[in-house]
Amino acid sequence: MTNQSTLHPDVVAFIEECLGREHPESFLMAVLHKVQDYYGFLSQAHMYEVAQRLQVPTSTVSGVSTFYHFFRLKPRGKYAISVCLGTACFVKGADNILEAFKTELGIELGETTKDGLYSLENTRCLGVCGLAPVVTINDKVFSQVTPQQVPEILNRVLSQDTEKTAPTPA
Amino acid sequence: MGNTLRKFNQVKQSLLEERARHYDEAKTVIQVGSATCENAAGAEDVRAEFEKLLKASGRDDILIRQTGCTGRCSQEPIVGVFVPNQFPFKYEKMTVAKVQDIFQQHVLGGQPVVELILDKKTSILYSRVVTFSSLSTVSTGLPSKWAPIFQERLKAQGLPVDTIRAFTGGCLGLYPAGEEGDRVGMMVFPEKVIYAFSTEQELDQIIQSHFIENKTFESLLVKVDPLINRFFSLYGDVAFFNKQTRLTLRNSGIIDPESLADYIANDGFEALAMVLSKNDPQYVIEEISRSGLRGRGGGGYPTGRKWQDATTSPDPERYVVCNADEGDPGAYMDRSTLEGDPYSIIHGMALGAFAIGARQGYLYVRAEYPLAIKRLENAIAQCREANLLGTNILDSGFDFDLEIRLGAGAFVCGEETALMYSIEGKRGQPRLRPPYPTQSGLWGHPTVINNVETWANVPVIIQHGADWFARIGTESSKGTKVFALAGKIKNSGLVEVPMGTTLKEIIYHIGGGVPEGRSLKAVQTGGPSGGCLPASMIHTPVDYESLQQAGSIMGSGGMIVLDDQDCMVAVSKFFLEFTQDESCGKCVPCREGTLRMLEILRRITDGRGVMEDLDKLERLGRLIQKTSLCGLGQTAPNPVLSALKNFREEFEVHIREKRCPTQKCSQLIKYEINPDKCTGCTLCARRCPVGCISGTARQPHVIDQERCIKCGECFNVCKFDAVNKR
Ligand SMILES: Cc1cc2nc3c(=O)[nH]c(=O)nc-3n(C[C@H](O)[C@H](O)[C@H](O)COP(=O)(O)O)c2cc1C
Ligand code: SF4
Ligand code: SF4
Ligand code: SF4
Ligand code: FES
Repeated sequence: MTNQSTLHPDVVAFIEECLGREHPESFLMAVLHKVQDYYGFLSQAHMYEVAQRLQVPTSTVSGVSTFYHFFRLKPRGKYAISVCLGTACFVKGADNILEAFKTELGIELGETTKDGLYSLENTRCLGVCGLAPVVTINDKVFSQVTPQQVPEILNRVLSQDTEKTAPTPA
Repeated sequence: MGNTLRKFNQVKQSLLEERARHYDEAKTVIQVGSATCENAAGAEDVRAEFEKLLKASGRDDILIRQTGCTGRCSQEPIVGVFVPNQFPFKYEKMTVAKVQDIFQQHVLGGQPVVELILDKKTSILYSRVVTFSSLSTVSTGLPSKWAPIFQERLKAQGLPVDTIRAFTGGCLGLYPAGEEGDRVGMMVFPEKVIYAFSTEQELDQIIQSHFIENKTFESLLVKVDPLINRFFSLYGDVAFFNKQTRLTLRNSGIIDPESLADYIANDGFEALAMVLSKNDPQYVIEEISRSGLRGRGGGGYPTGRKWQDATTSPDPERYVVCNADEGDPGAYMDRSTLEGDPYSIIHGMALGAFAIGARQGYLYVRAEYPLAIKRLENAIAQCREANLLGTNILDSGFDFDLEIRLGAGAFVCGEETALMYSIEGKRGQPRLRPPYPTQSGLWGHPTVINNVETWANVPVIIQHGADWFARIGTESSKGTKVFALAGKIKNSGLVEVPMGTTLKEIIYHIGGGVPEGRSLKAVQTGGPSGGCLPASMIHTPVDYESLQQAGSIMGSGGMIVLDDQDCMVAVSKFFLEFTQDESCGKCVPCREGTLRMLEILRRITDGRGVMEDLDKLERLGRLIQKTSLCGLGQTAPNPVLSALKNFREEFEVHIREKRCPTQKCSQLIKYEINPDKCTGCTLCARRCPVGCISGTARQPHVIDQERCIKCGECFNVCKFDAVNKR
């Protein structure tokens, strides 16, 4: 194994810990979650290193990472806007909210704005259906959103940001 | 095994002592909701403001505590104020601005802020509140007749009727098992006293003693403390709760979900201590079997039988799993339980593990629920520390530990075989059954998989007994069911009712009906595997068989209410888009069949449908149901087929008239400018994204229908109401 790790030491330590437990290969998803927590997405290099360190075939790692929607294979914007398209949000007009974000940002679902600030995603239910429709921006949940509020929500996010630019990719 | 009970009492004692150091009944408590929904509504800011004011006041006899979701999502954030020896009050839709008033007037001044109280229905003017309830669901006593009689009697005695409120409450569903006959329960607050009586003479005796002489009437007193009683004493007079029977949600919204001591103070882990000291696993399986508990994850398989199945294999390595994938998009019972009372799930799993001889358990939780995961991690750590998990639990020789595994956004992983592959770190593709997980589960060993709500029922059953549990509900569906009410419903939120309660009671009496003067169109249960029942069927009782006969399923508890503005074709298409997207692609009928069905539905909503399409949908649907490998494909056509059965005309209008009666299918909407109203302001022409509106200034404008993309912009921007939509 190379010692020029591209993975964060915490992730490497976590993999080491998993290797010491029963069924280490069963921790693959847990490791991928950790990688995604640190980097926002799963890069080819990271997945390759996970396969090496956890001693599972690379094909398994890519099979798993493509099977589950939660794993992202490309970087997302500094602000990940996620519109819930679950049933409760759907009947409360989530499609209009999604349209409003598309118009406001000029991007489609799954895309990131050119400046790297925003990406537009969807989710299937956050369990906040009683307050539908729901949108999350990074970890913050916005409830009972109307299409009219969309520009204001984006403004609020940006006004709390001191740099107003995306970090330059490492 | 006296050691185990002694050990448990030690553990309990030390936790309660620790708790008593910062909490006692003599303190005023401000309770702030803390759950994903509460936080989304702004609970964190509200809490911070209370903390600020409390600090400034310098008072040390006031406490701020957190609790999980109470199920009142539409009114969140919710704050409770408990002043010793007073009725409890809950405030709704709290904001930082309201905190100041409540803190000054109620917390410090002892005067509730009436305008802000939850549901505005308040006992503030009453010195006492009396509720009449049946003691069990099979009781022959008629609680509803007693409230008026009681009031008459008070009047006859010259007692002040207007300061004593009397009404009929939800079924106590409880004690004493079997002997209640035609007796009904009478609860008196704030004393929290319960009487059981059956005749007017007895009622007179109670009135004489309790209300005139101010003495508890011992001979008719019920000594046990039913769970529902707690709800009243913590929530006050709120109709939403009065009609429910909360068993699985018994602690949600009551305890601090991050305090094991709180759970212990509410009878937590008593059942485990008792069972471990008895040391008879078969006893646990038999109690669960006799209780009639069936799986709450959708299938309704008898839980006791599942556990028994797992013990028939000679393989000594066995597992228990909690299915917390909650895949139905639009349901949140499990999230709320995990966030509000994680200890009950751990407790239930420990009991199940002891029963089947498992030493390891897994909680498979969807990654979309970060707060639930955090609370579970905390609860597991606390339980390990208190020797309620780990090796030699409570000195009984029983070893059991739990691990959390996260899902990653695949609906199919809620299916039990897929879920097991996912725990093993593989792609979550289902396999054929048999073998069932109880025969060959995780890593080939016998495995019992149950849903969150199923596990949450286990401790209550073991603690109160199978007979008691079996008296709640109907002949074939025992106990209660939690539903997540959402959609076009006034009180969206979580409700728990005895099996056999009708949809009407849930939607109207608890849910408050459809808002904005709209009318009920349909009720969707069971999510993407379920069906839509028309408003005409709301007398259907909720139990496994009745819902199935009516053409839907119990499902895991999602209940979406649709009103006359919802389009059934669009809703059917929505569900099919979901299942099609979530199909794992392993078998052809599901992968290709759902895609074909979706194409047909898209055609219909785009105005290109033909009448034969409806028969095609039905044929395809039945084929997919019969030939798919797993439950996802087998049930995917259900929402479409049930909508076709109950709302066929609506599909026909879409096809024949190319019209969507509710104007939900955007491609069937037509925008036209009314020349009489149009002032020629040119605004719409400037805003139209495809530039298909023409006209000169101050002259009526016209839309080119061929090029219009139905975006609705012109309709939204016109200030003269000149654009018609139809
Ligand atoms: C496509 C599909 C999705 C499912 N999703 C869930 C789920 O999210 N939660 C759940 O408890 N059961 C789900 N089930 C049912 C499980 O396969 C299994 O029957 C259940 O977890 C057993 O627990 P119970 O007997 O306590 O209900 C799903 C089944 C299918 C076919
Ligand atoms: S029915 Fe659908 S989800 Fe189930 S195995 Fe077949 S393709 Fe996969
Ligand atoms: S915005 Fe209304 S009034 Fe103005 S041109 Fe368009 S239709 Fe006419
Ligand atoms: S609906 Fe949209 S595309 Fe059609 S005329 Fe109006 S603004 Fe133009
Ligand atoms: S459907 Fe959007 S939060 Fe549940």
